[in-house]
Amino acid sequence: MSTITLTVNGEPHRLEVPPMKRLLDVLREDLQLTGTKEGCGEGECGSCSVLLNGDLVNSCLVPVLQTEGATITTIEGVADLAGPGERLHPIQQCFLEHGGAQCGICTPGMILATHHLLEKYPQPDLSQIQEGLAGNLCRCTGYTRIFAAVQAAARMEGSK
Amino acid sequence: MPEFSPSEPLQTVGRSPLRKEGLAKVVGQAKYVDDLSLPGMWYGATVRSSVARGRIRSIEFGPDIPWHEFTIVTAADIPGENVIVHLAKDHPCLAATHVNHPDEPILLLAHPDRAILPAAVAAVRVQYEELPAVFTIDESEAPDAPAIWQDPAAPAKNTFKQYLMQCGDEASLDEIFASADFIVEGEYRTGAQEQLYIENNGIIAEFDREAGVKVQGAMQCPYYVVHALQLVFNLPAEKCRVIQTETGGAFGGKEDFPSVIASHAALLAMKAGRPVKICYDRAEDLAGTTKRHPSRSRHRTAVSRDGRLLGGTIEVALDGGAYLTLTSTVLSRATIHAPGPYHWPALRVVGKAMATNLPPHGAFRGFGAPQSIFGTERHMNKIARTIGLTPEELRRRNLLRVGDRTATGQLITDTVDMQQLLTRALQETNYHAKREEFARTNPGSTIKRGIGFATFFHGSGFTGSGERRLDSLVEIEITPEGQPCILVSSTEFGQGTNTILCQVAAEALQLPYAFVQIAQPDTARVPNSGPTVASRTAMIVGKLVERAAYSLRDTLLHSGLLPGDYTEQDFRTAALAYVAQHGPLKSSVRYQSPGDIFWDDQNYRGEAYPAYAWAVYVAEVAVDTTTYSATCTHFYALQEVGRVLHPVLAKGQIEGGVAQGIGYALYEKCVWQRGHMANNQMTNYIMPTSADLPPIEVAFEEVPSIHGPFGAKGIGELPMDGPAPAILNAIEEATGIECDEIPLLPEDLFARMAMPQENAR
Ligand code: FES
Ligand code: FES
Repeated sequence: MSTITLTVNGEPHRLEVPPMKRLLDVLREDLQLTGTKEGCGEGECGSCSVLLNGDLVNSCLVPVLQTEGATITTIEGVADLAGPGERLHPIQQCFLEHGGAQCGICTPGMILATHHLLEKYPQPDLSQIQEGLAGNLCRCTGYTRIFAAVQAAARMEGSK
Repeated sequence: MPEFSPSEPLQTVGRSPLRKEGLAKVVGQAKYVDDLSLPGMWYGATVRSSVARGRIRSIEFGPDIPWHEFTIVTAADIPGENVIVHLAKDHPCLAATHVNHPDEPILLLAHPDRAILPAAVAAVRVQYEELPAVFTIDESEAPDAPAIWQDPAAPAKNTFKQYLMQCGDEASLDEIFASADFIVEGEYRTGAQEQLYIENNGIIAEFDREAGVKVQGAMQCPYYVVHALQLVFNLPAEKCRVIQTETGGAFGGKEDFPSVIASHAALLAMKAGRPVKICYDRAEDLAGTTKRHPSRSRHRTAVSRDGRLLGGTIEVALDGGAYLTLTSTVLSRATIHAPGPYHWPALRVVGKAMATNLPPHGAFRGFGAPQSIFGTERHMNKIARTIGLTPEELRRRNLLRVGDRTATGQLITDTVDMQQLLTRALQETNYHAKREEFARTNPGSTIKRGIGFATFFHGSGFTGSGERRLDSLVEIEITPEGQPCILVSSTEFGQGTNTILCQVAAEALQLPYAFVQIAQPDTARVPNSGPTVASRTAMIVGKLVERAAYSLRDTLLHSGLLPGDYTEQDFRTAALAYVAQHGPLKSSVRYQSPGDIFWDDQNYRGEAYPAYAWAVYVAEVAVDTTTYSATCTHFYALQEVGRVLHPVLAKGQIEGGVAQGIGYALYEKCVWQRGHMANNQMTNYIMPTSADLPPIEVAFEEVPSIHGPFGAKGIGELPMDGPAPAILNAIEEATGIECDEIPLLPEDLFARMAMPQENAR
């Protein structure tokens, strides 16, 4: 067991966990943040995506020992990124309105990947969106509605 | 009764309100099975066979595992029948003496610590006496093949099922072939395809001596699971309670399989005396669960000089895997869709499903139709090429029109005009200009471009008398808050069941969409509205919801409590007053078969489906002749699906299906090693990413149908049918090479292009 201190969605935590435990399992089991999903456990699907110090990572590939002192955002903390007390982040609103979520299992990861993409390219063109989300698999949508949601979110944030 | 008339403007139907459960999904609060935990819950795992076929000689428990901490279940622990029932009882819940495919469940383990289970599974050593096995349709039907599946009722060795569908008489078919200008023959093959829902299969089970079995998890058809549990536990239906949790994609992959994993979890729960969760990881889900049936279609067609289909024979063979599961119904749909949307004066279709020592193949969006339509639409191009017509002209001369009869003898009464659909699709894709342009530019280029299309239809609802047998029941009840709540066993797994059924009820009740609720499917609460499959939810269940809503409204109107012109508040007040005076208010309606539907299951004659969705799909491709990669660069999907209930969801269904169809054609290959899926990882079973897909354009033609609510027909499976043949037709246009087998990966295209040209024709 190791002691790990980290901040998740703005809340500090001090955990006693096996050092090689996957960040994904720490989030889901130790912190009950089950919004982060497991689709493959091997870094292919991106449904376990979270922000780790602002970078997009597959939490199934990150041993928790690497997160000592880190700041992590999961889907449960995304609305807060829009401002304190916000119920929905514009990205979430746009996924909802444009049909970007069907079964919803890829959605948390997709929304975090979108957040990361829009930080990098506030007004991405289609190929930047396609590349930016290529690490997040969605079997339901064929991605078209997701692209529409991302573009709408970019417009919404751009007009703020 | 205030039935819908097409001229009335609609309030909710045809608009795109927010998905009912959408908010929970975008904030990460939606609870899928693996997000749930019960007090004292243990975790389950499955020991599976490592050989394709054999007799189990011994089972040993290896050292270094504290076995006393585990609950261990074998076939001997099953209180009822050792069977997973679908259409027959050939499929054991746990292998007892023999295994018939790799990764077949033999033994179950449960332990409080999830992390220790993989080592324990690996430490169970099973010894086998191996028996000869077969792995393909061709091997299974060979005269000297070992008999791997036997049933006194089977039509032939290793044959699960055989259908014969005929129109025109047999003798005339011989004459037609003898005198035809052209006879065109072809063979077409499709591979297995994984559904690849992003949420793996998972179930949590509880067992109580008094209350019976309770399971919850990812699934499409709660009442299928009830039926399976009844046999395994020898319990009445009311003691087998099944609840669907939020389900992360299904596509057919959670139609029949949940009966297996639910039975396993429940057996462990019974023996352990505590709740048990089994959630597969990706490798186990890929290796151990069902896939789309591989197929082989053989066509022989008599054609006149002017391009009319005179007669033909089609043989569609499916690889069913080791047990029957749903194979005969998949075969039925494959057989009926094999003739395509064409007029055949005489035709004989033979459908047959063969047993192999692969894990059983099962339901996957399209359910046999994508396989046979692939063969038919490639064959139409071959006929066109052989007799010197364009693919367009050949189809124009043979497409079904209103007043024609299909190969089952069904009269086409839908007012759909396939000629006009084809004209519109080719215009909107600039087909003719592109075809000319590519013919001009391809010769000087290493990148060969092409445009191709497929014309097809897909039957909505269960085949033939299936809907009558299902006898679905739908209810709408008034909640304690005075709101209508839909009670159905139809499940949401991304396609939009919750949303469209609430839209239909809201429209019929003339209430706001947000006011209408839908219950979580829990067999202790909802009636059996049938399985969520076969593109039947919008059309069949939707129609029942519409009727139940009208009947609820009539009850309130006739009671005098509801004024003729009412608001949401009036409705609530009236509904609560009604409940106070008369007790609980619930309206129930049962399926009524449209009077004119007749189906002969023996001879495959009659109305195969109440309604068809019609479509023309156009694909553009670029084939790189140096890397042998074929890419779809643009996709266009035009369909007539009756009234579109929710445009955003409907487009999402088509786009998602097209993406799966593109994967089916160009990316997704199951690599089999003696029946075991060797590439059982997302790293090497490749589905399209956002960077791989072309722009997908979706267009609808809306001709309201009398069969569905407010004119809707089925939509979910249709988009799976067209992409593969459209893409391979485009590749033929681009390269002049006929590729008749999918998936077509670069190595396959290389092999095809390396063939001497005369063979390549
Ligand atoms: S679960 Fe982490 S990438 Fe798939
Ligand atoms: S919405 Fe189902 S996987 Fe993306």
